[in-house]
Amino acid sequence: MTPTADIIRGVCEGSIRAIARALSLVENGSPDSADILDKLFSRQQGFTLGITGPPGAGKSTLVSRMITRYRSADNSVGVIAVDPSSPFTGGALLGDRIRMQSHATDSRVFIRSMGSRGHLGGLSGATRDASCVLSAAGYSPVLIETVGVGQAEVEVADLADITLLVLVPGLGDDVQSMKAGIMEIGDIIVLNKADRNGIDQLESYVKASLEFMPPGLKKPEVVRISAVTGEGLEDLWNAINRLVAAQSGIDRRSRSAVKTLNDILQENGLIFSEKLLELEYNGREAAEELILAGQLSPYAIGKKLLERAERMFEHNGSK
Amino acid sequence: MDRKIRVLIGKPGLDGHDRGAKYIARALRDAGMEVVYTGIRQTPEAIADAAIQEDVDFVGISLLSGAHNHLFPEVAKLLREKDASDIILFGGGVIPEEDIPGLKNAGYAAIFTPGTPASEVVEFINTQMEKRL
Repeated sequence: MTPTADIIRGVCEGSIRAIARALSLVENGSPDSADILDKLFSRQQGFTLGITGPPGAGKSTLVSRMITRYRSADNSVGVIAVDPSSPFTGGALLGDRIRMQSHATDSRVFIRSMGSRGHLGGLSGATRDASCVLSAAGYSPVLIETVGVGQAEVEVADLADITLLVLVPGLGDDVQSMKAGIMEIGDIIVLNKADRNGIDQLESYVKASLEFMPPGLKKPEVVRISAVTGEGLEDLWNAINRLVAAQSGIDRRSRSAVKTLNDILQENGLIFSEKLLELEYNGREAAEELILAGQLSPYAIGKKLLERAERMFEHNGSK
Repeated sequence: MDRKIRVLIGKPGLDGHDRGAKYIARALRDAGMEVVYTGIRQTPEAIADAAIQEDVDFVGISLLSGAHNHLFPEVAKLLREKDASDIILFGGGVIPEEDIPGLKNAGYAAIFTPGTPASEVVEFINTQMEKRL
């Protein structure tokens, strides 16, 4: 294994192999990943574009179109495409590349497929870290394609600077477009497969739903496209550029910093809890046995761990 | 550490018969691996570049057109040129017995011919992975 410093240098110099290795290290939660990300965090530049929507809505095809468009504007483009991992075997079939392979030999396009690995919000646990690596390596935008989502997987809106929600005809009536969750997170709502029947109805449902938005909130633009034929893509491109221009780089960076810290705090919380479980009950398995034996509830254990942590902090004195 | 075995399944050449490739991809998925499937009619360059970006441990090439003696070694050569000869190669498809030694010489750790049970491919990958770690 290449030493961490070489990998960091390689990423900064744009070495494909080093970037690929760094992505694996952060994805696998390797002990070196914190050092790598620490060095890369401040090098991030540009912006991230999230693409979400139901399975088969055309997200990968749209991503491929966006790659072409950004390349023609001379951008280097990063792509993180997440597909679901099996909850039973942990295996995954990562097939998003099929629609993007025409860009495979372009040295200024970096595409990485990721399994969701048990993460439920539409991304994988390491998507933010992977995006940091690609951004620090000079790719902008970084396009983040979620797994095919249902109604509530809204995590991408937290990660991406701009989120495209891709919808297609035939997935339900007007009440579907009034529901909370996924329908609320698109900065732009993309109506794909405009060549299909039902596109007019879909547009009227979506627009009617937006009419109900509380005043003061910014309404998303609605853009009709056909990712296959290319119809409407220039309108979408312009809509994205308007949003990018309206955001400042400083706002993007500070928002990303806050969210990244939040993710890290949650991960640390898990690590500390495991350590406390070790101290208090000889580990997670022993604690689980106590629950199964009917001696303690999970709530009692949670409370006990917090009390123990507080005692430890008090004992160490106030700083 | 949450390390998964990553495998890229690629189909170079002009034949569109991807049932074998999909069958293997699915079997490896069910064995707990992350399988990147690139689809049909890929150039050796596209397969090699994708394998490097995806940082896979294995590349499996499927071919039924008869051009294996040209395309299989080409993928191996490109990976060597790109400093990625640590990626383990295997191949499958309609490949005559007498061509197999040549492909192994070109860098293929195994060649699987029609009728091979998927479990054999899974076992091959797991054995190679153990040797490496």
